[in-house]
Amino acid sequence: MSVNPVLDAARPAPQAVAAPRPFRPREWLEREAVFSWLMLTPPMLFLLAFLGYPFCYGVYLSFVNRPVAQPATFVGLANFVNLWNDPIFWQAVWNTIRFTGAATVLKLVGGLGMALVMNQNFRMKGLTRALLLLPFIVPTVLSTVAWQWILDPGMGLFNRLLMFFNLVTQGPSWLGNPTLAMVSVILVNTWRGLPFFGITILAGLQTIPVELLESATIDGAGTWQRFRHVTLPLLMPVIFIVTTFSIIFTFFDFQLVYVLTGGGPANATHLMATYAYAISMGGGQLGLGSAVALAMVPVLGLVLLAMSWYVRKD
Amino acid sequence: MVGELTWSRRIAGLWIPLGALFVFALFPFVWMAATSLKANAELYDPKANPLWIRHPSLEHYIGLLRESNFLLWIGNTMLVAVVSTLISLLLGLMLAYPLARMRFPGAGLLALSVAVAYLVPQTLLFVPMADLINRMSLGDTLSAVMLTYPTLLVPFCAWLLMGYFKTVPRELEEAALIDGASRWRAMTQVILPLCTPGFLSAGIFAFTLAQNEFLYALLFLNTSTIRTVPVGITGELIRGDAFYWGQLMAAALLGSLPVALIYSFFVKYYVAGLTAGSVKG
Repeated sequence: MSVNPVLDAARPAPQAVAAPRPFRPREWLEREAVFSWLMLTPPMLFLLAFLGYPFCYGVYLSFVNRPVAQPATFVGLANFVNLWNDPIFWQAVWNTIRFTGAATVLKLVGGLGMALVMNQNFRMKGLTRALLLLPFIVPTVLSTVAWQWILDPGMGLFNRLLMFFNLVTQGPSWLGNPTLAMVSVILVNTWRGLPFFGITILAGLQTIPVELLESATIDGAGTWQRFRHVTLPLLMPVIFIVTTFSIIFTFFDFQLVYVLTGGGPANATHLMATYAYAISMGGGQLGLGSAVALAMVPVLGLVLLAMSWYVRKD
Repeated sequence: MVGELTWSRRIAGLWIPLGALFVFALFPFVWMAATSLKANAELYDPKANPLWIRHPSLEHYIGLLRESNFLLWIGNTMLVAVVSTLISLLLGLMLAYPLARMRFPGAGLLALSVAVAYLVPQTLLFVPMADLINRMSLGDTLSAVMLTYPTLLVPFCAWLLMGYFKTVPRELEEAALIDGASRWRAMTQVILPLCTPGFLSAGIFAFTLAQNEFLYALLFLNTSTIRTVPVGITGELIRGDAFYWGQLMAAALLGSLPVALIYSFFVKYYVAGLTAGSVKG
């Protein structure tokens, strides 16, 4: 018995054409739409319950006053008005923008450099790639704890080295000074994310046909011109996607700052994510915390818009 | 490659930058290892070379295993990562297969929503999620993280698997159907075996993401014995201002070991997963 609708159609019709086809569960199951929806329903329900519902619930929470373990009262836009007048919120917004901007630029430039260096021929390339990707593999919290110790003002590696070479008599307080703390947070994020850019851009570089570069050389293009007019334009799609992903994951970063500085000193490194956590879990204001988290949605929306615009352009 | 490769050019263009990258990427691990293997007297001696070990000592490792629940944390982390990876692979497969290989109304919209779901960050969801988990009375159980981790992993697994499923020609499936196989058999015995590398990529990637997860574990795991490594370390080994750096570094190193080991066996698949979305476009 065939189950393929195309073959069924091509075959001479069975004798009893007029009679309605009896319902056969097996045939019904073989229909593409039926089979598809039977497969899709469980994961869709799961995602609706644990992604869709929490998201909607979060939107609702941002319009209520909901202290922990107490019923919610509807307050309209009061949470957002509170945030609008909250200098720490604006500082967190500004910190998040600076953090994301600086770290993304550093990771992109460094990653591009790493990819170009690694795109040459040398022995043990596989091992090199595996080792250089380690910062990205190791759980963030664990490497961040190590960085906390590297940046320790008294006995940390940085200050020990500075003193060893007699550059300073007393090393700076890397995580205690507002500016240096922001620099440190950006540095650690760059350390972790740079290999991701490097390896992904390298994969993009390897798809560029050698013939293109060779013909550019024959036409008299120098190294820089080859890079600027052949390599870079061909890499743009990869660079765009990696950067977009990285912006999203950096903008919403939580663990690094939570572990390294806890948002301090004096809120100098608070990101929107850590501030949302501090308000909702530390301060017990679930409604206000949700409002902080929701304030990040426009950024996500902008990035998604840019992405869909770029995809459509191709 | 292009251009003549003289030795000086090779050194300036390859070995020096490569060396700098190695130092930049790996020195924190050397520092972790050096710290964890020194007794406190040497560790906090300002005159000692910070990157050299004169008297290797395992006291921090022994102390860590004796004084904390570290081995339990490792066990919990592995259990949670394995379970949530398996759930995510299964649900991801169920999403990806029809979206990649079947024609039915609404498929395009669904594929788009999977992509959007992948980009919705945890930061947006943790407040309502905490409330939700508490109302389900799952607070302070490992089930809470086993249920919530897949929300982060399923969209990614589905997205990656879709790419692999699309590479298998439709004719293979049609041939199986003509031979009398049901759709289910065509899927399980013809298409899926061909996509094993996809499952390895998605699995290894999901596994490292699950090992890395911190926010939900921080919210949901309060009892020491059910904590995962990241929450255990930050919650219990950092005690106020008194940092036990030796033990902390021993814990950070040991905690990274499982994921680093598994990664080293499957580097190829991990990199494939990492670059899939961006290079294939």
